[in-house]
Amino acid sequence: MHAAVVVFPGSNCDRDLAVAFKAAGAKVSMVWHKDTDLPDGVDIVGVPGGFSFGDYLRCGAIAANSPVCRSVAAHAGRGGYVLGICNGFQVLTETGLLPGALLRNAGLKYICRTVGLKVQTSASPFTAGYNAGDVVQIPIAHHDGNYFADDETIAMLQGEDRIAFSYTENPNGARADIAGILSENRRVLGMMPHPERAADPVHGGTDGQALFRALTSALAEV
Amino acid sequence: MKARVHVMLKNGVLDPQGEAVRHALGALGFDSVKGVRQGKVIELDLADGTSEADVTEMCEKLLANTVIESYSVEMA
Repeated sequence: MHAAVVVFPGSNCDRDLAVAFKAAGAKVSMVWHKDTDLPDGVDIVGVPGGFSFGDYLRCGAIAANSPVCRSVAAHAGRGGYVLGICNGFQVLTETGLLPGALLRNAGLKYICRTVGLKVQTSASPFTAGYNAGDVVQIPIAHHDGNYFADDETIAMLQGEDRIAFSYTENPNGARADIAGILSENRRVLGMMPHPERAADPVHGGTDGQALFRALTSALAEV
Repeated sequence: MKARVHVMLKNGVLDPQGEAVRHALGALGFDSVKGVRQGKVIELDLADGTSEADVTEMCEKLLANTVIESYSVEMA
């Protein structure tokens, strides 16, 4: 599996994400936001956490309009895989690759702690390493993680089994306790929690490892 | 020429910052405040001849996220 990790000015989880991909056996290329093309043979693009462009205007809005994001959208359009974590999830909603938007946390506070996540579906290359119903412990670190979409969109996500993870105790006001969602073809995942921060015993938890390992085994055959 | 773009969260979208401001105003004794919605104003300095349609396109593509926000354009 060849993973490309996008780097924006203000990204700060890009190297952690690269380490997690590598530990799962992937080859990793870092891609700068001004690059117009992804490296040849990329299977999955990782859009990392951080504060791209200082969160100016709206979180992820300026990154979503950067040259590399046009390539990421084209990659997804060809059926390529994309994983957006935290700010990366915000970027994916801003590009329109995933529905909805991330609002300011209902309690207005930046929250940085480990939370319980319920795996809602194992039917995706991202979540195949878990069983539906599993509860995993993954850190969150965000100020704008309050997932919003209209009633119709929430019903569609539920009806199409596209909610990947939900919070066991909603920390930010997200509708339907949503922590992560899948695209219609189930090849794009956006999630606020950070699986790359729970991917090595020294992190204090390894519940995120299964996500990267499942991806590597799913994409090894591509 | 200039344009002023007002961006507000849509009705029905919770505005926790507006709520916090409402609480703070209440704490200051301004009992008449029933609700607060907070938005932003973006001023654009434009080349002469820029049309309102151009500004609307800017709003749709970048300045507002129409999933959660509404906008209005004022040409001046």
